[in-house]
Amino acid sequence: MPKIANHTSSPAIKSYIAVFSARFRTLLQYRAAAFAGFGTQFFWGLIRVMIFEAFYRSTTAPQPMTADEVITYIWLGQAFLVLIPYQGADPDIRAMVRSGNIVYELVRPTNLYFFWYSRAIAQRTAPGVFRALPMFIMAGLFFNMQMPPNIPTACAWLVSMLFAVLISAAITNLLNISLLWTISGEGLGLLLSSLTWLFSGIIIPLLFFPDWAQATLNILPFRYILDIPFRFYLGHIPPEEIWYHLPFQITYLIALITAGHLILTRGIRRLVAQGG
Amino acid sequence: MSHITVENLVKTFQIAQRQPGVWGALRGVMHRNYRQITALDGISFAIEPGELIGYIGPNGAGKSTTVKVLSGILVPDTGRCEILGRVPWKERIAHVAHIGVVFGQRTQLWWDLPVIESFDLLRDIYRVDHHQYAQTRDEMIAILDLESLLDIPVRQLSLGQRMRCDLAAALIHRPSILFLDEPTIGLDVVSKLAVRDFIKRLNQERDVTVILTTHDLDDIEALCTRVMVIGQGQILSDGPLENLRARVTTERRLIVDLEGTEDITDPDAHVVLRDGHRVHLTFDPDRIATADLIARITAQHPVRDLFVENTPIEEIISRLYAENR
Repeated sequence: MPKIANHTSSPAIKSYIAVFSARFRTLLQYRAAAFAGFGTQFFWGLIRVMIFEAFYRSTTAPQPMTADEVITYIWLGQAFLVLIPYQGADPDIRAMVRSGNIVYELVRPTNLYFFWYSRAIAQRTAPGVFRALPMFIMAGLFFNMQMPPNIPTACAWLVSMLFAVLISAAITNLLNISLLWTISGEGLGLLLSSLTWLFSGIIIPLLFFPDWAQATLNILPFRYILDIPFRFYLGHIPPEEIWYHLPFQITYLIALITAGHLILTRGIRRLVAQGG
Repeated sequence: MSHITVENLVKTFQIAQRQPGVWGALRGVMHRNYRQITALDGISFAIEPGELIGYIGPNGAGKSTTVKVLSGILVPDTGRCEILGRVPWKERIAHVAHIGVVFGQRTQLWWDLPVIESFDLLRDIYRVDHHQYAQTRDEMIAILDLESLLDIPVRQLSLGQRMRCDLAAALIHRPSILFLDEPTIGLDVVSKLAVRDFIKRLNQERDVTVILTTHDLDDIEALCTRVMVIGQGQILSDGPLENLRARVTTERRLIVDLEGTEDITDPDAHVVLRDGHRVHLTFDPDRIATADLIARITAQHPVRDLFVENTPIEEIISRLYAENR
């Protein structure tokens, strides 16, 4: 063994990919959770579909989406529920902060924000693998879920979904970072995940919110996690408008990452003040 | 040039004080009292390549704080620190690629993964070349006897097994400096010896600079050529173990097992402890040669057995702490 540490020149991205893939594989192991999750989301989806069907049968007023569109929108929501950071922060990071093992995160030759961000991306995708596909099959075959009407629509949807994952992971990472403020941070984190829940469109499609709320919803980044991608999927937003929405998604992504970075830097200084 | 240079490091912490009880908790919401704690109060030292240094001090003396500053985790208030030409907290990422850290009370292994997967993951995180990794890994497995542990998830390992794996994990990227913060804490005697032996080999055969904090003074006696004692944020003593002994006391101990239970009286030695047939005497070897004292005592008393000891290091340290209180 040479006495001087051998410094390799491979790019830093390798570290982050390794962490992402380790986390992804670990999360895939939770098969029981995946089946239970699928079951719950499937039946929950059925209930929501029935509520909207009842609503459409009883209303004569013009609605912002057709009944078929809403049904597909609902099934998409059930399929991609894991995009919403509803369980809060990464449980491993929570444990690390509590136990103090976080010191080891700080002796890694990586940027801590992106180290955790890689984990967050895994957390927002891996659990979906065993949920989204069965949901598409079940709801598509038996419950009137539509496929994208054409290729450009599907492409626009995929692009906006990709950024939806990245934005959602950035929000998840904010929740992770909030753990550094122990009690008060967890409260704010919970608030943030409730806001995401409410304003992403998972409860009701955002267009069904009252008119006075629309302006606010349009300013918030949350609609880019579910609502906008889903409307691309439906063709409700024409595919060429991806050029209008993409810059917003990218801007929100950069803003969330920058904010996370700044908060993390402050949090580390603070955390350390509790150590010793 | 020194490997590690530390000049006048100062680090204070603010600790929020809470009043007890419900009323105190409510008041705490409105107004917090902060107490300043000086963890490091102007620490300076220099360490050369290949040294094996014991860093000791009572709980709360600033040992872990020092290790955390040196490993780039903490930013000191003032002072200078340079390690391998870098300031740890300013160039953290470049710095940590060249150091290894083991915190004895924590683990850096992934709890749910088999040991070998943690090693693989560390290889990727530190971006260690695959060939070099295979070589280091196999060496570590051989020296630390890890073969049978590799497929076991970390959570199922015993503390001693885990510590051996943690030591290996800290060396996957072949650091030239290793910080060990209480690596033998809570280990049984066999594991302790295995860990000690490994540290010694690492230092002697591979020239890794080791800084070892511990409460176990046997670790120090077995391993360290140089000891730094810290108390209340200041370095109280720095040098070879012998100097430390000499600085506090030159006293030696003579332990005599008598045939009977009579008292020993001698002008140059005094009894510090009596335990049945066994008598502990202390004496100053500058005033009376050890051989003379033994001759005198054996002439006066029927002696079954006797031996001479240095003052136990525990006692030296506790005197040093007491002096500086």
